[in-house]
Amino acid sequence: MAEVTNEFLLDRLHQQFGDKILTTEVPYGIVTLVIDPSAVLDILTWLHKDKLLKFQFLTDICGSHHPDIKNGELSVIYHVQSMENNIRLRLKAFIPIDKPDIPSASSLYSAANWMERETYDFYGINFTGHPNMTRILNVEEMDYFPLRKEYPLEDGTREDKEDKYFGR
Amino acid sequence: MTKDIKIAETPPGHTGEGFFATSLDKVVGLARANSIWPLPFATSCCGIEFMATMGSNYDLARFGSERMSFSPRQADLLLVAGTIAKKMGPILKQVYLQMAEPRWVLSIGACASSGGIFDTYSVLQGIDRVIPVDVYVPGCPPRPEQIIDGIMKIQELVKNEPLRRRNSPEYKALLHSYGIQ
Repeated sequence: MAEVTNEFLLDRLHQQFGDKILTTEVPYGIVTLVIDPSAVLDILTWLHKDKLLKFQFLTDICGSHHPDIKNGELSVIYHVQSMENNIRLRLKAFIPIDKPDIPSASSLYSAANWMERETYDFYGINFTGHPNMTRILNVEEMDYFPLRKEYPLEDGTREDKEDKYFGR
Repeated sequence: MTKDIKIAETPPGHTGEGFFATSLDKVVGLARANSIWPLPFATSCCGIEFMATMGSNYDLARFGSERMSFSPRQADLLLVAGTIAKKMGPILKQVYLQMAEPRWVLSIGACASSGGIFDTYSVLQGIDRVIPVDVYVPGCPPRPEQIIDGIMKIQELVKNEPLRRRNSPEYKALLHSYGIQ
């Protein structure tokens, strides 16, 4: 059986999804791809089902907000691992903040269910096809997405939160 | 040994041959103040300081608070020690509502009193936003001595509270301002 290396993995991915992969990097030894958001589920499914690659462990899904990238303000980052081959892979998909939709991976990985809810909770990313797209950590009444870079930093001159009031 | 045993001070009153007269307020206050059953609502590091306060070194039992009441129904004093997240707010309020009158609340530490260093979207900026508080103990976290000082301040309040205070319009208005009927 051929050993699955980063080079081998990249080769296979480019053969299969060449037109869906926008950029390729290998920071700190982890293959990192920026992909077309519409192809997320196809790529993940292929990685999961492939007889050799077997990326069957979803380490994490998270979001981030880049206000300067036009029509790609929000990104979703997937970390998957192939336990058998001891190799990791990172996928990033950028989506516009006006229409923050991306297909849900919860049909593929059960773990994605809560991870996607958390990402929705903090960034407002809407995972289409998710069975229960509601907040998971914050109070239900919250009407904003707290980790978006939309809020001013604390006023440095305010005086009601000084150390002396807290016995520090 | 008997001389080491401290008993509560006699309230002011009139003593004569075979009788002692004082007001009912004072007697009830004396009894209540020296048998406060606290309900600890400890969520973080202040809770650890509170555990030290209950331990043998500081020994809150000396103040008549030997028995922690883990059911709000029998508790007199709610001790809130630690950060209260906004999501915890309604639960804290429910615990307070389940307590029977008369009830007191001691807010232990910067987080319970004001949100402390957690000036953020997820943390309640002081428990007095959801329930009325009687005594605030500052500190991050406060030492057991400070918590004991807070309990003694509560004892003073309990001792001097008029029997009809809980029926007064002011008290009802206070509860009403928190949406409690």
